[in-house]
Amino acid sequence: MKKLAVKDLNKFFDAISADQLLYMPLEKGGSVNYGIYSRGDKYDPTVLHTVKSVKDVFFPQCESMASFVTAGKKFEVAPIAPVDQSFTVFGVRACDVRGMEALDKVFLSDPVDSYYAARRAHGTVISVACSAPEETCFCTAFGIDPTNPGADIQAVIAGEDILFSANTEKGIALLDKVADLLSDTDDSAADDAKASIKEILNKLPLADIDLSAWGEGKTEELFDRPEWDELCKSCLGCGTCTYVCPTCQCYDIRDYKVGDKTTRYRCWDSCMYSDFTMAAHGTNRPDKKQRFRQRFMHKLVYFPDRYGMFSCVGCGRCVAKCPVSMNIVKVIKAMGGKNNG
Amino acid sequence: MQEIEKTLRSRCAELINNGTCDKVIAWDRGEFFYDNSPATFACADCAQKLVYDCFCGANLSKYLIQYAKEGKTAVLLKPCDTYSFNQLLTEHRISRENIYVIGVGCDGMVDIDKIRAMGIKGITAVKEDGEDLVVSTLYGEKTVKKADCLLEKCVSCKSKKHYVFDELIPEADGEDVKENGRFDMVEKLEAMTAEERFEFWQEQLSKCIRCNACRNACPACTCRKCVFDNPHSGVASKANADSFEEKMFHIVRAFHVAGRCTDCGECSRVCPQNIPLHLLNRKFIKEINEFYGEYQAGETADQRGPLVNYTTEDAEPTAVSDRGDN
Repeated sequence: MKKLAVKDLNKFFDAISADQLLYMPLEKGGSVNYGIYSRGDKYDPTVLHTVKSVKDVFFPQCESMASFVTAGKKFEVAPIAPVDQSFTVFGVRACDVRGMEALDKVFLSDPVDSYYAARRAHGTVISVACSAPEETCFCTAFGIDPTNPGADIQAVIAGEDILFSANTEKGIALLDKVADLLSDTDDSAADDAKASIKEILNKLPLADIDLSAWGEGKTEELFDRPEWDELCKSCLGCGTCTYVCPTCQCYDIRDYKVGDKTTRYRCWDSCMYSDFTMAAHGTNRPDKKQRFRQRFMHKLVYFPDRYGMFSCVGCGRCVAKCPVSMNIVKVIKAMGGKNNG
Repeated sequence: MQEIEKTLRSRCAELINNGTCDKVIAWDRGEFFYDNSPATFACADCAQKLVYDCFCGANLSKYLIQYAKEGKTAVLLKPCDTYSFNQLLTEHRISRENIYVIGVGCDGMVDIDKIRAMGIKGITAVKEDGEDLVVSTLYGEKTVKKADCLLEKCVSCKSKKHYVFDELIPEADGEDVKENGRFDMVEKLEAMTAEERFEFWQEQLSKCIRCNACRNACPACTCRKCVFDNPHSGVASKANADSFEEKMFHIVRAFHVAGRCTDCGECSRVCPQNIPLHLLNRKFIKEINEFYGEYQAGETADQRGPLVNYTTEDAEPTAVSDRGDN
């Protein structure tokens, strides 16, 4: 295990970003999102969650795929190549690390998404254990341990120090690169910090949420439940939950035309939107209830059916951000389970 | 507030029992104590569960478009929400005879994010104690001033008076708040150079994730099909393909609700990125006041807004250039 004083984190960031992009949670206009570090930017370890998850780094909200230029009778197509430079992401929480596993299942299985795959191959992820989980957190219900967040390198803040341990070859290589800044420390140095985090985790109000009503093979049981009628009523049909979610992976492909140049881009889509999966016959989910149900069934039934894991990671972003506070926790509880009354 | 909640519960049950309404649109307890959700209560017993406390910021008036089409619906409206209700009536989006309005007293709604922004984490309960809020957390108890934790729309509350109601709970209505300072920040922006102002909006609007929460919550945004959702409109965009688009969406929206926006503040309340969208609307309101005389959308249900009316005193289009704005 390696050690660095928290006050020296900027030296660490400067060293990493000397020859590559470094993404990390950065404050801009009063909100914290993943951004590209430049010298002097501050990392605030007390911020638990970015608004948009780390998904935005590997599967950006909007990315160009090709451009078409018309010049007289000539028509040129210029595909935009996937990322081919190494980069690092710092500050990823355990829930977002699990969220990336869910995205991997979708984008790295056949047919592989070349844009996503290139970013995963070139990115090194440094996770940071959560020192102060919030009441909206319920990652432990999905078997996530926020004190052992995983990824290529995992970090824990223990008092004045931040302690790193590498989990993968990429992680070892990155820590080697900044070895001058780090000193060796005992593997037990993080134990106290982890123990005090665990104490808080046990007190979290959603820690014992019961997911037994959900999971593989539950489609028939849940699809026509009358509870959906009431649950969907307050939903505004906005895309907040889907866009702050670390695992929502649906996207749309659109063209953006300015003069003679057209850019083909893909952008996040939301099953909450009326034109989601619009096809020649119209959309297959014409009303709010169907759209609302789709999101939760996808996370908690269809995804487990297909990939053997829930695609909710309990980060609590949608719980905190839904404009009308109608969120996945209420939906999970509405369909039954112990302690869910 | 607890007294009002008790009265509201029994009164709403009574209204359902005596046939005045068949359902009530109010707020329901959330997962925690601060995340009350808009909900419909369709039986007298259900009405016993409705909640009214300092976390009922959501404006319920827009739900009436969808849920007050059939039968008779009672709705709880705070003073600020009554302007939206009147505006919806003006625009024939709802029918007055289908709705029974219970005006509820309000002394300001709390923004849980403002409490969090004070560095208070893991909040498990908030109790009102006079002008203070006692906040219990996983990490201990803290006391804060309620005035420091109000929703933006409540910081600059324009009225404690209900502009439409069938009955009031409590019975005594409040007054308009004359010195509400709601144009202070607009004036600060006006005093900036064009470059500074551009930078301010660039920083704020570039945070936009195009979730449409502002539009979907807005009681003035009631188009059956929004131009930005229409794949045939040529401007439908689910993401900001460039930095022009992120500004265009919000500016077009502000233009579209100009003269109809009541300044209910829902756009800023619901924004997941905390973009101060209400400032765009307030700029329009301020301009309208200056060019056409003081006007408050939704003050009554039968007024023609200055932008859809014509009088010989109307400002000439040159008024803006004559003023020499930068």
